[in-house]
Amino acid sequence: MLASWLFFASVPLWIERVGLYQYLGVEILIFATYALAFNLVLGHAGLPSFGHGAFFGIGAYAFGLAQFNIVPNLWICLGVATLATAASGALVAAFISHRRGIYYALMTIAFGQIFWFVAIKAHSITGGEDGLLKIARLPVSLGVASFDLKENVALYYFVLVIFVGVSLLLWRLVHSPFGRIVKAIKQNETRARFIGYDVWRYKAAVLVISAGLSGLAGALFAMAQTSAFPDVMSLHYSGYVVMMTLVGGGLVSFWGPVIGAGAFFLARDVIGALTTGWMLWFGLLFVVLVLFKPEGLAGMFASFTQRARKAAPISAARAQPQAGE
Amino acid sequence: MALFEAHDLHLRFGDRVVLENVSLAFEAGKLSGIMGPNGAGKTTCFNVLTGRYKPDRGRVLFDGRDITGRSPQAIARLGVARSFQLMTLFDEFTVFENVAIALPATRVRGGDALSQAYADPALVADALDILDKVGLADRADDEAKSLTYGARRALEIAVALACQPKLLFLDEPTAGLGSDGRARLADLVRKLKGLLTIVIIEHDMQFLFSLADEISVIHWGQVIARGTPAELKGNPWVEASNLGRLN
Repeated sequence: MLASWLFFASVPLWIERVGLYQYLGVEILIFATYALAFNLVLGHAGLPSFGHGAFFGIGAYAFGLAQFNIVPNLWICLGVATLATAASGALVAAFISHRRGIYYALMTIAFGQIFWFVAIKAHSITGGEDGLLKIARLPVSLGVASFDLKENVALYYFVLVIFVGVSLLLWRLVHSPFGRIVKAIKQNETRARFIGYDVWRYKAAVLVISAGLSGLAGALFAMAQTSAFPDVMSLHYSGYVVMMTLVGGGLVSFWGPVIGAGAFFLARDVIGALTTGWMLWFGLLFVVLVLFKPEGLAGMFASFTQRARKAAPISAARAQPQAGE
Repeated sequence: MALFEAHDLHLRFGDRVVLENVSLAFEAGKLSGIMGPNGAGKTTCFNVLTGRYKPDRGRVLFDGRDITGRSPQAIARLGVARSFQLMTLFDEFTVFENVAIALPATRVRGGDALSQAYADPALVADALDILDKVGLADRADDEAKSLTYGARRALEIAVALACQPKLLFLDEPTAGLGSDGRARLADLVRKLKGLLTIVIIEHDMQFLFSLADEISVIHWGQVIARGTPAELKGNPWVEASNLGRLN
């Protein structure tokens, strides 16, 4: 975990030397945050959501609208974006949390399309297809000091701080009692219900948390782009985050979505420099991975480097009662 | 008054009557059996008693409380646990975690999203005690899906026991087991007998007759006979039902 953070912290030092550019790093980190939040639903809870782009987009719009209409303070605007998206997540959850599998997937597509359509049609609020323009990169005010985020490197480090925060939070979450129960529900909803768990509430909570954090990533994206557009809410953008998560190996690895987001944008820029049909090649990679290595890039990495260290055996806890995990 | 009672349960699926006038009573501390051929309505009956289906008519009482039509999770929290005929485990969890997740101590911390799961040594000890009881303590760290069929049957019961129930429903615990496995399972059930109230669905007559204090025979969705094993031995209905002559 620390290694990956240090790696990301060093990125601005060398990214231009390898022929890439600083803004790419910002994009990768924002989408890595988004994919991590998305994977809480797909990988950890096993709920196929194909409308997550809506939450990302709502976060972006909410951030812009908050700074125009409430107060141009970074913390408040990020908070508003997160809460507004969590609220829309709650709305969706109220309708779909009793579903599972393909029905859940179809419902998320339907809701995603509704939000996308509203974003395009509500011209007076969202600017319609022209988008919401002139969103400012608000300065980071810490009371005593204030940092400007106009430079991409500065923004990169700010996004990195949020990324670290979100990944810590999600890491904690999936290893908590709550997270283990969610994992149990993923494996066997019926059994979970018959040992006394209110499955509906857990599924709803997972969607709300994931939506809120996706909205936070969306707000960062609005800052990066200094604008918000409806296209990130469309079905194919929702598909991108699914691809990132699966290619990276979100089903088996906590960090899979981060690897996937990196691979996605690198493919876009590196293959995209050679051919405009880069999506064809990335799509082929996706197909090949799903067919032959459903565990994704993270799964490949794990098979190369031996199995990750096994957790301390629980039976040891008997001899040494303090050592229990 | 019995610990668990069902009065005049009726249930229809479409135009098919699945349960008709089913009344059952399970005494506290006893081991009761429900017997009957395939398709007689035994499992459906369990599903009504544990909240999976809502009966069209009739009442279910547990501990003097009306629990008719309550959700499975609400009934489970009152202290009614069940196992399933078709294996229903958390396959990717270890044997330990299958049991640990079912403990009420884990459940009450369900809203806790920040601390380490199973950090409480008392909880770990509880889970290992239950595994000890069913003879799986040495497999605690193995994945549930790696167990043999017989061991999975035992784990199925362990998960239900982890709920610390007052009443345990076992749905065909011997399904798919050979004679060895059956004998081992009978030993396990005998060990549990008296510790809590148990109700077993079974169509293996021998298995049930050797264990149960009292047996109800279900056929055509109705209770056709009820009594101790000794009383039922000579009952022509029971014999006919068990030999498949009542179709």
